[in-house]
Amino acid sequence: MFLLRRLARLTVSLAVLLFASFSMIHLIPGDPVRASLGTAAPAELVAARRAELGLDEPIHQQLLGYLKGVLTGDFGTSLQTRETVAGIIADRLPSTAELAVLAALIALLVAIPMGMWLAIRTENGRNPGSELAFTTATGTIAAIPEFLLAVGLVVVFAITLGWLPPAGKDGPASYVLPVIALAVGPVAVLARLVRVEALRELDKDYLRMARAKHLPRRRLYLRHLLPNMLTATLTVGGLLLASLIPGTVLVENVFAWPGLGQRMTESILQKDYPVAQAVILVYGAIVLLVNFLVDVALGVLDPRSAIRGT
Amino acid sequence: MPASAIERLTVRYGTHVAVDDVSLAIPERSIVGLVGESGSGKSTLAKALVGLVPHTGTVTGADRVQMVFQDPYASLDPRMTVGASVAEGLKLPRAARAAEVARLLTLVNLDPALAGSYPRQLSGGQRQRVALARALGARPSLLVADEITSALDVSVQGAVLNLIRSLRRELGLSVLFISHNLAVVRYVADVIAVMREGRLVEVGPAEQITSRPHAPYTRALLDAVPQVGRTATARR
Amino acid sequence: MRALRSPAPLTGLLLVAAVLTLALLGPALWGESAARIDDGAILQGHSPAHPLGTDDLGRDLLARILVATRLSLLLACLATVVGVAIGLPLGVLPAVLPPRGARAAAGTINALVAFPGLLLAMFTAVVSGLGARGAVLGMGIATAPVLARLTQTLAASVANADYVSAARVLGVSRLRIAVRHVLPNIAEPLLLNITLLFGGSLLGLAGLSFLGLGVQPPDYDWGRLLFDGLSRVYVDPEAALGPAVAIGLAAVGFNLLGEGLAKAASRRAVVPRGAATGEALREARSEGVLSVRGLSVAFPGGAVPVRDVHLDVAPGEIVGVVGESGSGKSLTALAIGGLVPYPGEVTGGINLCGQDLSALSPGELRRLRGTSLAMVFQDPMTTLNPALRVGGQLAEVSTTHQKMPRKEALARAVDRLRRVRIARPEERARQHPHTFSGGMRQRAIIAMGLMGTPKLIIADEPTTALDVTVQRDILLLLREAAKEAAVILISHDIAVVSQLCDRVVVMYAGRVVEELTVAELRRARHPYTRALIAATPDLTTDRDKPLATIPGQPPSPFDDPDGCAFAPRCAAATSACRTTRPLLEDGIACLHPQSSD
Repeated sequence: MFLLRRLARLTVSLAVLLFASFSMIHLIPGDPVRASLGTAAPAELVAARRAELGLDEPIHQQLLGYLKGVLTGDFGTSLQTRETVAGIIADRLPSTAELAVLAALIALLVAIPMGMWLAIRTENGRNPGSELAFTTATGTIAAIPEFLLAVGLVVVFAITLGWLPPAGKDGPASYVLPVIALAVGPVAVLARLVRVEALRELDKDYLRMARAKHLPRRRLYLRHLLPNMLTATLTVGGLLLASLIPGTVLVENVFAWPGLGQRMTESILQKDYPVAQAVILVYGAIVLLVNFLVDVALGVLDPRSAIRGT
Repeated sequence: MPASAIERLTVRYGTHVAVDDVSLAIPERSIVGLVGESGSGKSTLAKALVGLVPHTGTVTGADRVQMVFQDPYASLDPRMTVGASVAEGLKLPRAARAAEVARLLTLVNLDPALAGSYPRQLSGGQRQRVALARALGARPSLLVADEITSALDVSVQGAVLNLIRSLRRELGLSVLFISHNLAVVRYVADVIAVMREGRLVEVGPAEQITSRPHAPYTRALLDAVPQVGRTATARR
Repeated sequence: MRALRSPAPLTGLLLVAAVLTLALLGPALWGESAARIDDGAILQGHSPAHPLGTDDLGRDLLARILVATRLSLLLACLATVVGVAIGLPLGVLPAVLPPRGARAAAGTINALVAFPGLLLAMFTAVVSGLGARGAVLGMGIATAPVLARLTQTLAASVANADYVSAARVLGVSRLRIAVRHVLPNIAEPLLLNITLLFGGSLLGLAGLSFLGLGVQPPDYDWGRLLFDGLSRVYVDPEAALGPAVAIGLAAVGFNLLGEGLAKAASRRAVVPRGAATGEALREARSEGVLSVRGLSVAFPGGAVPVRDVHLDVAPGEIVGVVGESGSGKSLTALAIGGLVPYPGEVTGGINLCGQDLSALSPGELRRLRGTSLAMVFQDPMTTLNPALRVGGQLAEVSTTHQKMPRKEALARAVDRLRRVRIARPEERARQHPHTFSGGMRQRAIIAMGLMGTPKLIIADEPTTALDVTVQRDILLLLREAAKEAAVILISHDIAVVSQLCDRVVVMYAGRVVEELTVAELRRARHPYTRALIAATPDLTTDRDKPLATIPGQPPSPFDDPDGCAFAPRCAAATSACRTTRPLLEDGIACLHPQSSD
């Protein structure tokens, strides 16, 4: 029941996304092909490309054609480079995914222990100094966007110290800076959330009961506290993974990383609409799918889901 | 002649029937007590009476129903003064409102000067009396009191119970008094209705219900009421 | 504005003030040098004349950064206005519309929130053309769903409040409820979040400009300057670092300020640390199960909710502790169990099972309390860990404290569940708590207490959250348990206590005021005990007389009057009661004990 409702929501969201990406090219004022190819392009070429995009057909046929294309994996051809858009995505997406997944993993592995440890340390207003330092530091770090951090990292570690490559994708060392730039912000955000969540759980009756049993600390925290925080933490972690995707767009641009985000920016600047359209669709769909999977995973993990699902 | 009559009232949440075909008369100038345990549907019935949940069946003679809620800390808007809260339901010209608010506060044994204060400055018992004053301002033909003393200490509970009884005497108010506490209901109500799993089990005069109950469930409830100086015994 | 005294929000405030001043004065002060083209100084690095170097037309970069403040802030402002104009009404809709419309509005918000803001912004920027207008619209549209969701959540938390129901019952219109009750009660968090969203817009716009999708030359904001600077980052890192630092400082400023204010708004009154009471430690008796002497619990700031409590419990005895809210009864129980929450300070002597607790090491304390003391709390729905199976939660008591093998401990758990009369205990032990009813959970918790060999069971309002018919089962179960262990039953309800206990201890304002056997309750001598019994209606209360009440309110835990704490509410009080504190002697602390006729 829960799964069905959630599936219905996913379908609606995907439909909205499809329609939005389809209408993008039609919402652009003037002739998109002319805008893309420039005023100097011969009229025959513009007409040929218009025909290729199907822009002269009636709108409902265009929509049908677009849907058919999406379902068969045919996203058209780049107006500028003549590559197939599907080929571009297949070529670029893995590099982006590597960055996002690595950053998300690191964020989870660092943030969960850190947040829990601080929650335990600062429970009931203990150690107000640690709390202040932690919230100030994470607040500051969370406020600095990944692209600024990326620029700073390049200047310090690549240019001044020369320890790591400043740009490009070439061997394990080239992953370090982009992944750090992507992961630092989420670590701060996630660590704070984990701490707040852990503090909330620590305040609950069942933990008071566990304390009344006078269990050793390790058992208290790992066995009683952690499982109850995991659902909330995983939700945020999943959403974080989804939110890393726009972050990759900016970071890829700083590090000239051969990913999808860099290509998307290029295509928007060059008014290469078929590419931009498809990439926005792919990113949107990935985010929606990740959110969906997180929800489903939570439904499976939570022992109370049987109640929630009805 | 009953002031209000509930006929064949049913509330469904999805497939769950919370209130199942309940008919109950609330005679004029009387207090009807509604007892039941959690999940019996007594609070849902209250919400249906004031239109907070959709229901089937009819309610007659209760065109102006007002309600007072359980939690004295949640039932008043923290950003509104006591006076503003009480005045909100008054259908009166602005000039006449202050006087009416003062009258209502006096009616519930509160100092009219409290009109300018905020809920956080009042004790639980005082807040519950403000909520009563707010409800009385709408000149209700029926007042629904849902567990209004459950969150109060015993020493304060008595004052609220006495107030309900004196309001009935002085204003001729009809009250549906809902509580899980049979001893409290017996003290305030003229008629007691016992509810279980959405249905009425037994209805009758308070003295009869508490001394000569017919339904086995009512008997079980009575047995379970703790009494000072009476030790608990196993279920008969 | 006390929040601004702590360093983080203060830093934020200073940063924001500096940025705002720059936005106001920047163009007037440095506008000229920012626009001055100098063919002789193109693409220079750091020099005394140009601290951050020059751009491709020889214009001073530092001046350009300072001047760009205004445009950067202005665009962020516009984007926030667009976001609020769309998001706020959308977020309020679910609370205002009738159910079907509300569901549709909530669905729209859900669908929009799922898309990442940057993608929405890029989409809008593409459609409305590259440039500042497209970027502002895009950022605004990207902000709107976030704000809508926030407004919706906040409004929903208020919309179910009883006072909103009360207004609905009074016939107040939906729109008026939204304006009069909902919005004022969420205004504070909403405004704070708009501040934070403003910081987000500032960064988002900088990001768009940085990608080349925002402000286009000849206009320039911080993001555009960073975009230009990054292309020469290898040669002149300062050209990129300058705008990066400007964006970073502004973002951090708004964030710290917003968070500081949010924290100040949500902060509960924090009381300053004060001195604990100077209660003399007294020797606790070592016979009996429990002996408490001069127990006090103090909190920083002067609140002393438990004052000088003495309590003795003999083996097999059931002692009831009665009092109203604030009487200190629950904290007394927590102090015995070693569970008083930080920063509460416990003083006095506690002797449990013949051992003076102050003489034990933390490990010994844990073992003693873990095996010989069991606690049962008020709300069984929240006292069992929802993530763990019931059997495992019982078994861990034995595996940790008695070093029992897991299998044996599980078998024992099943046995204890059977003893508290849970049907099909083997099956039940494998289930999670959410499949148990309230009464069953409370029984499971008692079973948990019976896993060790408890000498004392402390039950704190164990039946308050339960139905009366279940309440009796639990009380009977506790009495059965008392055949092997002593029980302390804490309750606000003197009738409940009298059902089960041998002896009753009455507490008022943190002190024990009377101690008597259940049989003596009807002949209680303390005016407070008598008033408490008279105020509790039972099935024999005379319906024709008004119910007895106790006028006034109990004193706050901060006050420690010289005389009897009950004197202001007591009909028998004399002037002596207000100046002399009665001591607990012969089971009563009262200068004017009442006698039954």
